[in-house]
Amino acid sequence: MIQVEDLTKYYGDLCAVDHVSLDIKTGEILGLLGPNGAGKTTILRMLTGFLRPTNGAIRIKDYAIDEKPLEIKRIIGYLPESAPLYRDMLVYDYLSYVADIREIEAKTKFARIRNMAELCGLNNVMHQPIGELSKGYNQRVGLAHAMMNDPEILILDEPTSGLDPNQIVEIREIIRGIGKEKTIIISTHILSEAEATCNRVVIINRGRIVADGSTDTLGQSTSQGNLITVVLQNADMESVERGLHSIRGIEDISLVNEQGDILGIKITCRHPEDLRGEIYRRIKETNWVLLEFHQETKSLENIFRSLTKEI
Amino acid sequence: MQQVTHIFKKEFGVYFVSPIAYIVISIFLLVTGWFFFSAFFLFNQATLRGFFGLLPVTLSFLVPAITMRLFSEELNVGSYEILLTLPVTSLDVILGKFLASVAFIAAMLIPTIAYPITVSFLGQLDWGPVVGGYTGALLLGAAFSSVGLFVSSLTRNQIIAFITGMAICFGLTLIDKMLFFLPQSMLGFLQYLGADFHFQNISKGILDSRDILYFLSVCFIALYGTYLGMQEKR
Repeated sequence: MIQVEDLTKYYGDLCAVDHVSLDIKTGEILGLLGPNGAGKTTILRMLTGFLRPTNGAIRIKDYAIDEKPLEIKRIIGYLPESAPLYRDMLVYDYLSYVADIREIEAKTKFARIRNMAELCGLNNVMHQPIGELSKGYNQRVGLAHAMMNDPEILILDEPTSGLDPNQIVEIREIIRGIGKEKTIIISTHILSEAEATCNRVVIINRGRIVADGSTDTLGQSTSQGNLITVVLQNADMESVERGLHSIRGIEDISLVNEQGDILGIKITCRHPEDLRGEIYRRIKETNWVLLEFHQETKSLENIFRSLTKEI
Repeated sequence: MQQVTHIFKKEFGVYFVSPIAYIVISIFLLVTGWFFFSAFFLFNQATLRGFFGLLPVTLSFLVPAITMRLFSEELNVGSYEILLTLPVTSLDVILGKFLASVAFIAAMLIPTIAYPITVSFLGQLDWGPVVGGYTGALLLGAAFSSVGLFVSSLTRNQIIAFITGMAICFGLTLIDKMLFFLPQSMLGFLQYLGADFHFQNISKGILDSRDILYFLSVCFIALYGTYLGMQEKR
């Protein structure tokens, strides 16, 4: 659906996007993650044709973006960061204007606007000026704007910023619902959001792709080992170290906290072995009381932090 | 072409949603009405020359106030990004905004038709110069609009757009008033550049193709500059 090759963008001397290549298929919900200033918005702006790449090619469907900009704009729905809309216009007037420009026929236009208002929960604010809306409602008007002509490709730059938790869940459901037959690209720095909605995640740091894959495969690919947290009663650090150290595959045992005779420890294991059974057997042999025992799977947050940490 | 209509309708509508339209039109009618009628009875002639004579100066500071928001506001708020990612071309955007501004100037001129009607009751009014005057006013308004639009596309600050636009429009209006200290050889050329010179020709009731061509070329150059400015932003 979307092919990006060697995309590069310079702002003067500053390299915002550095040789990015991507291939996005129909039906994918792609999450673009990255710290502030990583180049997410710049990439999205180039995909929508708003910015011209310094170098590289973008092909959407069968069109090169610089040859058929109008055809491409027709099939993309785009919500820019923080939804900058016309503040003086009424919500209804604005949606009607977008419907006109999107070439929606007069016959179906009102039904479509009503549909969008329903979907995005705008019914109560249709006759208010956009400038007087709260941030959340402003964002919803932006979403309605982006989805107005039922576009094949939906590009959303931080779609849930400024929404309350209920709305975030609603928006995620909308995105997942329409994502079955559409291609959706979402940029965000909220990791749980990407985990909850996307089926593919691309992490960007300083204009480069540092990771690309589904949320599950990203977790497996990283080299860092598993972490096991154990809370024991009636034990002391010295005997714990002595008791567990002989298990093969354990790299490190460290004390997290100590409260009276309750001991919290973290065990780092070498990847990919699962040592939980062995550790449990060792603990059973002693007279320690096991209060807590769980293995942390490497979360997206850990992956993100380890990949984008400033050196 | 259809997209031009949509953008035109939206821009023209927004003028009347916000207070700009009412303020600009009131000021225009107050200024022109005051200056016209305060001198009218002294001259004791049934002519609108006083009204049209002052029009280039009035429009020089009012038209930039009308056009200043057209691009600057969009650049400042960020809606420019939305506008350009909708299926429209730069040309649609420029023409839509330009026509909205010209239509607004027309709407501003319509109430002043009361002046010639009043005057025609008081004496023998020659309608030729009146028709010429209104044609010229529209052409002048279009030329100033295109200049204002161009300046607006260069900055995200509406005040800068207004003041720069006003300076250029005043320059075009007053250029042929400052010719007396210039060498003879440059006179004709500089006089031809003056907007007031051409406007006064038309408002005498003479529709000369040179004058019309002048206004159309100002429009073309400024609108083309706007187009280049938009391309530069990508």
